[in-house]
Amino acid sequence: MRIKKHPILEFKTGKIVKFTFDGRELEGHEGETIAAALHAAGIRTMRESGHLHRPRGLFCNIGNCSSCLMVVNGEPNVRVCVERLREGMNVETQKGKGELK
Amino acid sequence: MLSQNGIPTAEEVTSVLPPAERLTKGPVAIAECFQNIPCDPCYHSCKQGAIQEFNDINERPQINFDKCNGCGSCMSRCPGLAIFVVDATYSDNEALVKIPYEFLPLPEVGEIVTAINRGGQAVAEAKVIKVQNTKVQDRTVIVWLAVPKEQMMEVRHFRVKEVR
Amino acid sequence: MRQIEIAIVGGGPAGLAAALNASKLGAQVILIDRNDYLGGQLIKQTHRFFGSKQQRASERGIDIALELANEVMANEKIEVLTEATALGHYEDGVLLVEQAGKIMAIKPERFIVATGGAEKTLLFPNNDLPGVYGAGAVQTLVNVFGVKPGKRVLMVGAGNIGVIVSYQLLQAGVEVAAIIEGAPRIGAYWVHAAKVVRAGVPIYTRHTILRAEGEGEVKGAVIAQLDDNWQPIPGTEREIEADVICLSVGLTPLTELLWQAGCQMTFVPELGGNVPFRNEQLETSVPGLYVAGDVSGIEEASAAMMEGALAGINAAASLGYTSDTLTADRQNVLDQLAGLRSGPVGEKIRKGLAQCSL
Repeated sequence: MRIKKHPILEFKTGKIVKFTFDGRELEGHEGETIAAALHAAGIRTMRESGHLHRPRGLFCNIGNCSSCLMVVNGEPNVRVCVERLREGMNVETQKGKGELK
Repeated sequence: MLSQNGIPTAEEVTSVLPPAERLTKGPVAIAECFQNIPCDPCYHSCKQGAIQEFNDINERPQINFDKCNGCGSCMSRCPGLAIFVVDATYSDNEALVKIPYEFLPLPEVGEIVTAINRGGQAVAEAKVIKVQNTKVQDRTVIVWLAVPKEQMMEVRHFRVKEVR
Repeated sequence: MRQIEIAIVGGGPAGLAAALNASKLGAQVILIDRNDYLGGQLIKQTHRFFGSKQQRASERGIDIALELANEVMANEKIEVLTEATALGHYEDGVLLVEQAGKIMAIKPERFIVATGGAEKTLLFPNNDLPGVYGAGAVQTLVNVFGVKPGKRVLMVGAGNIGVIVSYQLLQAGVEVAAIIEGAPRIGAYWVHAAKVVRAGVPIYTRHTILRAEGEGEVKGAVIAQLDDNWQPIPGTEREIEADVICLSVGLTPLTELLWQAGCQMTFVPELGGNVPFRNEQLETSVPGLYVAGDVSGIEEASAAMMEGALAGINAAASLGYTSDTLTADRQNVLDQLAGLRSGPVGEKIRKGLAQCSL
């Protein structure tokens, strides 16, 4: 859900790029965070916790808390709240600690 | 009570209102600032010298109602959007209330909007007389509403009607 | 190993002010920030600031951020390292910084830590569900990226951040169901509270959240009234429909580098958690290590800018840099800080500072 008009702000967004989320093709703006692009597409669940397998999403959104770790282009534990979106990124829900391949 | 629900009491409101006699002379500013916080832009914004200089930045604004001409310059400088201008002389039945507004959509001149009190409740219908939005206001728009005179000390916000 | 006169970690209001003031006296500065921009959390503050003219009152945080950042970028005495994370501070005074996968060692003569704070969370069942956010997180999403977190928000906490973010959610077209606050009084400036209340958002003091509801994601919350001992009153539970729960329950200083450096620390609830002991000139128990902004105790951004200015002036002056107005400039900043903290709303800060002064 994007804000179309705002009384104080003008949002300067990058060009539209395509990326995949768990195999699903989505669009976002280049240079926004992956978390912002996912939220704009209505996706708020980013990983599954290690022990109790509970869904986890964004909490601090500024790179502090590690709640939003996902697998990006095969690399686990990427903080998607600060990682910028690029064309063709492969973003996946992370289960547990993730695995370095 | 402000400290509990964000709504000033009738006594608090009365304590900052200009005398009835001043209201008969035209527009005047009312600073609904009821807490000693470190803030003084209203003093610096007033070209009439109507807001008393702060000895301590935590003082509350004191308006000299005789010097105030109701120009509204202070309204868009107040970080708390807590200053309003009331003109009780607008017409026989209506008063003008100037409201700082930072929402979209902006109303149009002539539009009828729902006038709202300090508690967020609809209290009247109001007609938009003017929408001030100059560069110096820096995105704090000032909307002039004509409201029933008996509501001039109640109306402090408005809502654009959903069907335009 | 890089040698530098002053290293500053954190490019928010405190770090930027520190860099500008230190370089103005003539010092060479490296400013390190882990983000790819400068300005810290100012970049999402769309509201006008309080304070006095010198503290840029009535200007919006977003505009202050831009101006300070541009000034820093244009300053030849300040080297800016963005996307650079300060990894550690070692016994020999060396700072390790990671940037683009490379590690560099920096040995500063003076070190200013301005790392800011982090949002706290609150204990309740389902507080880990997606849809439970820090209020600042939602503020970033909405004001920096123009994306809504959901349709209807329950705000937990009526301090300045909770109330301001609620107002900004309304500006973004997001509904705010209510603001609840455990304390008997609204902590935010009352003018902020009045703004959201007249816009239709009720504030319930002496209320808490009992649990978040929802499978997989937040669908609602159960709130209840509290008695004078902060215990939920049976029978007052009520369900709030909301797909977003924002926690605005305070910040805590990000003090990792200070612990590593061996600063003498103490727990001060009024300042948000563990904070360093410091003297009036903002030097910690480690000689040459200064602190400024939220890392030294959670306060407003205007105070952070003033503290940054003070730390910058003092760090440069301790290296021998001076100016005709040095004493007066320093006193001016001290007076402004005292003014900001002198009123009734500064009482908590004054109480906190009394517990960590050297």
